[in-house]
Amino acid sequence: MVLEALSYGFVQKAMISGIAVALICSFMGTFLVLRRYALFGDGIAHVAFGGVSVGLFLGVFPLWTAYIVSIFGGIGLQKLRQSTKISGDAAVAVVLVTGLSLGVILVSSSGGFSVDLFSFLFGSILLISNEDAVMILTISTGIIATLVALRKQFLQITFNEEQAKISGLPVTLLNYAFVVIAAVTVVTSMRLVGILLISALVVIPNISAMMFGKGFKYTVAISMLISVMSVATGILLSYYYNVAPSGIIVMVAVTILIGIVLARSAGLISKIEIKKKSQVTHNS
Amino acid sequence: MTSVLEIENLVIGYDNHLAVDKISFNVREGDILGIVGPNGAGKTTLFRAILGLQKYSGRIRLFGLEGSKYHSLLPLIGYVPQQVIFEPNFPATVYDVVSMGIISNKKLVKGAKFVQQCGCCWNQIYSNLGNDNKVMTALKTVGLESLKNRRIGELSGGELQRVFIAKSLVKDPLLLILDEPVTSVDFESQAKFYELIKKINQENQITIVWSSHDLDAISKYASRVACMNKKLFFHGEKEEFFSNKDLLKTYTESSMQMHMHSHDMR
Repeated sequence: MVLEALSYGFVQKAMISGIAVALICSFMGTFLVLRRYALFGDGIAHVAFGGVSVGLFLGVFPLWTAYIVSIFGGIGLQKLRQSTKISGDAAVAVVLVTGLSLGVILVSSSGGFSVDLFSFLFGSILLISNEDAVMILTISTGIIATLVALRKQFLQITFNEEQAKISGLPVTLLNYAFVVIAAVTVVTSMRLVGILLISALVVIPNISAMMFGKGFKYTVAISMLISVMSVATGILLSYYYNVAPSGIIVMVAVTILIGIVLARSAGLISKIEIKKKSQVTHNS
Repeated sequence: MTSVLEIENLVIGYDNHLAVDKISFNVREGDILGIVGPNGAGKTTLFRAILGLQKYSGRIRLFGLEGSKYHSLLPLIGYVPQQVIFEPNFPATVYDVVSMGIISNKKLVKGAKFVQQCGCCWNQIYSNLGNDNKVMTALKTVGLESLKNRRIGELSGGELQRVFIAKSLVKDPLLLILDEPVTSVDFESQAKFYELIKKINQENQITIVWSSHDLDAISKYASRVACMNKKLFFHGEKEEFFSNKDLLKTYTESSMQMHMHSHDMR
C-alpha cells in the first residue's frame, strides 16, 4: 500500500519536500525552543501571512513577498527585543499581531480570501509544483548547511549570551543571522503545514527529543527523526484517508509526544539509559 | 613584577548612583587577588567592566594594552560568574559546555603576539593540543573527566562551577576572574574548589582575581587582597589586611562604608 502511494509523482514530491522541511524545522526548532522562542515560528508565520497578502494584493508571486516581509519581521523582532529589553514572547506577540493586521487589511481591501491564501493558511504539500519542490529542496539544503556551519556559535548564544560575548563571539550579528535563518525556515515550511500549524513542527519534535535527556547532537538527531516520521506518516495517512496533510502530520507528532511522555512516566526511557550506561561500564 | 591588569581611576555609574567610585589597583602576574566587600559593593560591576560588558570612565589595561589591542585580548580572560542561568533541560553535556570555551587559533596567536610584545610570559598549556585533547585535559584538571557525557542540568552546584572553570581553562586564559564562585556550593565542595584554584594558579601559572565573602578562604588561598565598597579601602598584601583589626572589624560588621569614610585607609 505504501509503495502504491509512493508510485504517484505528487506523493513523491510531497514526501521529498516534506522530509526536507521536517529536517530544517527540527534543527532550527532546537535553538528556538531553547531560546524560549517557541512561538517565534507562529509570530513569523503570521508576518508571512501579511507578506502573502502583499503578494496577492500586488499580483506578485506571494512566496517571495512572504520571504521579504518575514525577514524584515524577524529583524524587527530582534531590534525590538534588544532596544526595549522586553521579553522574547512579548516581542513575538507584537510582531505577530502587526503581521496579521497587515494581512487582514490587504485581504479585506482586495475582496476577501482566495484559494491561494487558504493554501498558505493550512498548507498544500500534495499540490506543490516541480518548481516549488526544487525551491524547497534548494533552500532547505542552504539552511542545513548554514546551521551545521554555525551550530557551535548558535549553541553558545543559546546557552548564555553573555558568556558567548565574553568568548569574543559577535553576538549581535549572530542574533540577526539567527532570526533571518529562522524566518526563511518558517516561510519555506509554510507549504507543508500552513501558517496556522507551523509552530507544531518547530516545537513538538524538539520537546519530544529533549525528554530522552541526551546531549545536543543526539537531541537534534532524535528531533529530526521524530519530525521526519511525523511528516512521512502524515502524508501517507492523508493520501489514504483523503484529509488535509497538515492536520494529520501535527496529530502524528502529538501522538509520538504523548507516547514518549507515557514511556517516560513508566520509566521506560530511563531504563534504556541505565541499561546503556551499565553496558558502557561493563565494556570499559 | 609584571602587572597583568591595571585599573586606574575607574568610575562606573548607573542612572543616578555610582557603583564604582575612582578605583585604582593592579594585579601582578601569578597573583591570586582576593576581592572582598559587602553585597552591592560593585565587585561584579567592576568585573563586567574588565570583561568589556560595562561602560566606564578611567583606564583599564591588560598587559599594558588599551583600546583595540585590549579588546582583542578579552576573549583570553576566563570568567566564572556567581551563577550561569540556563534552561534546566538544556541538551548539552559537560563536554559540549567545556568545548564552548575553545577559541580560534587566530585569536590565540594574535593574543600571544601582543603579550610577547610586552615581554610577558604566558603559559599556553592547551594551545598546541587538538580540540578534543584540550577539553579532556581541562576536564582532568578540574577532576570531571568521568562526567563528560553527563547532562549539564544534572550536575550539583560544585560540579557546575568546576565545569565553568574547565570552560575557561581550554582557552589558555591570561587571567581568570571568579565572581563569588562558591555562593551556592556546599561546604565540602567549597574546600575542593579552593584547592582547585590554588592548583590552577600554581601548576598552570594562571593569574586569578577572585571575589568572595569567605575571609577564611581569602586568608588561606589569596596572595593579595583588595577591599572595596564602591571605593577601594585597601589593596595590598593579605598579611597587612588581616593584621588590621579596624578594617576587619568594620568589614565583618558590614558597616564598612560608614567607618571608612571617616578614615581613608589608603
